[in-house]
Amino acid sequence: MTLLALVGIVITPLVILGLATLLTWVERRLLGVWQNRCGPNRVGPGGVLQAAADGIKILFKEDWTPPFADKGVFVLAPAIGMMTVLLSFAVIPLTFSSSIAAGLNVGLLFVLAMMGLGVYAVVLAGWASNSKFALLGGMRAAAQMISYEVFMGLALMGVVMMTGSFSLRDIVMAQSGLWFVLPQCVGFVVFLLAGIAETHRLPFDLPEGENELGAGFHTEYSGMKFGMFFIAEYAGIVLVSALITTLYLGGWQGPILPAPIWFTLKTTVLIGFFILLRAALPRPRYDQLMALGWKILLPLSLLNIVVTGAVLLLHTAG
Amino acid sequence: MHILALTSACISILGAFMVITRRVAVHAVLYLVVTLLALACVLALLGAPFAAALEVIIYAGAIMVLFVFVIMMLNLGKPDRDRETEWLRPRAWVGPAALASILGMELLFGLRTLSGTGITFQITPREVGLSLFGPYVLMVELASFLLLTGLVTAFHIGRHWPGEH
Repeated sequence: MTLLALVGIVITPLVILGLATLLTWVERRLLGVWQNRCGPNRVGPGGVLQAAADGIKILFKEDWTPPFADKGVFVLAPAIGMMTVLLSFAVIPLTFSSSIAAGLNVGLLFVLAMMGLGVYAVVLAGWASNSKFALLGGMRAAAQMISYEVFMGLALMGVVMMTGSFSLRDIVMAQSGLWFVLPQCVGFVVFLLAGIAETHRLPFDLPEGENELGAGFHTEYSGMKFGMFFIAEYAGIVLVSALITTLYLGGWQGPILPAPIWFTLKTTVLIGFFILLRAALPRPRYDQLMALGWKILLPLSLLNIVVTGAVLLLHTAG
Repeated sequence: MHILALTSACISILGAFMVITRRVAVHAVLYLVVTLLALACVLALLGAPFAAALEVIIYAGAIMVLFVFVIMMLNLGKPDRDRETEWLRPRAWVGPAALASILGMELLFGLRTLSGTGITFQITPREVGLSLFGPYVLMVELASFLLLTGLVTAFHIGRHWPGEH
């Protein structure tokens, strides 16, 4: 048992890192399809080795720390980003039995805690770089991620109320009759939007909006430190997709096909949707992003909690 | 379990010491985050995972980020670091160190009477919720009043009146 758990702990991050690296290629190919062009298709069959080529290239680049930066924090920031994303995967159940800690009775809160700590990566990178673009990117990231964490947590409360547990395994088990995406459709939409904002992906990538901030919080980063931010972002996409699958789309459950296949299938479709969003939508202005959050998503998620609570009460009373 | 909890406790004490001796404000805040994370580990190992999760989400994940945010806005530089060095002269340590050592001795004295029964049960989120909305409901409501007052005040202060710049 202990040996099996250890193997799981070693293998999970490796698989996630591999997936995230592969995803950089998948995204470029899919963007190519949607934008009526080829995308990277030369290295290996269909261009699949492009990810490896990029990885090797970035490993051999000069790992430069600017002399004006705060060295310790500058090095720490990308590591925090990577670590918090990888830790979150510990509580996600691939199937009923295969996960590191899906039975944790505060599993969902653990994910929220790790996402909360993930803010430090971006904010500290912005501060430690000691340059204007990075600082502005870091400040934007702090405000955006703290705001969207609020709605993310509130949107999830509907799921928790219907399940009566914070454990992700219990949440999947509670969806054996009906996936939560139907009764919790409002929470689903709010969580999806908050998920994009939390991973600061296009269209909500204002912390690194390249037309106004250079590269935002990672302007001063190069080589593998930049690579870690990059890979952490893709791992974040996998994380949010896996979370949506677990919380709203019934996790590993489905007819005929075996459980891991269902989980992978649902997660892959969601990742594809994330990439489609990038291909399809322009970036909003910063005040529009904040107004959407506080004026629309916050009331919606509060309303969702009230209605869910009322329905549950009526259901148990009747 | 015991060793892990003690290690986390030692890390939290070390972190707290680093918080008060750092001269760069962001470093101090980072050590405070480490302290809070270590405390969360202690709570989780003592059988209170819900409290541990809240400690990380609220204190380390939200309040400390706001601290960093404010420090970034202030844009502290070399002069502030020098001023901090000026304030942290050995003479300033005497009073606090004396008071803290009295507290420390009291704690060490009290530790002898504690009995190490070990962890026999876990406090689940359900139990926390039941006690918050059961015997402590008055406190919860009062705290929510206070927060609402703070929210309304902040909104009032931050409001743009027409014709004002």
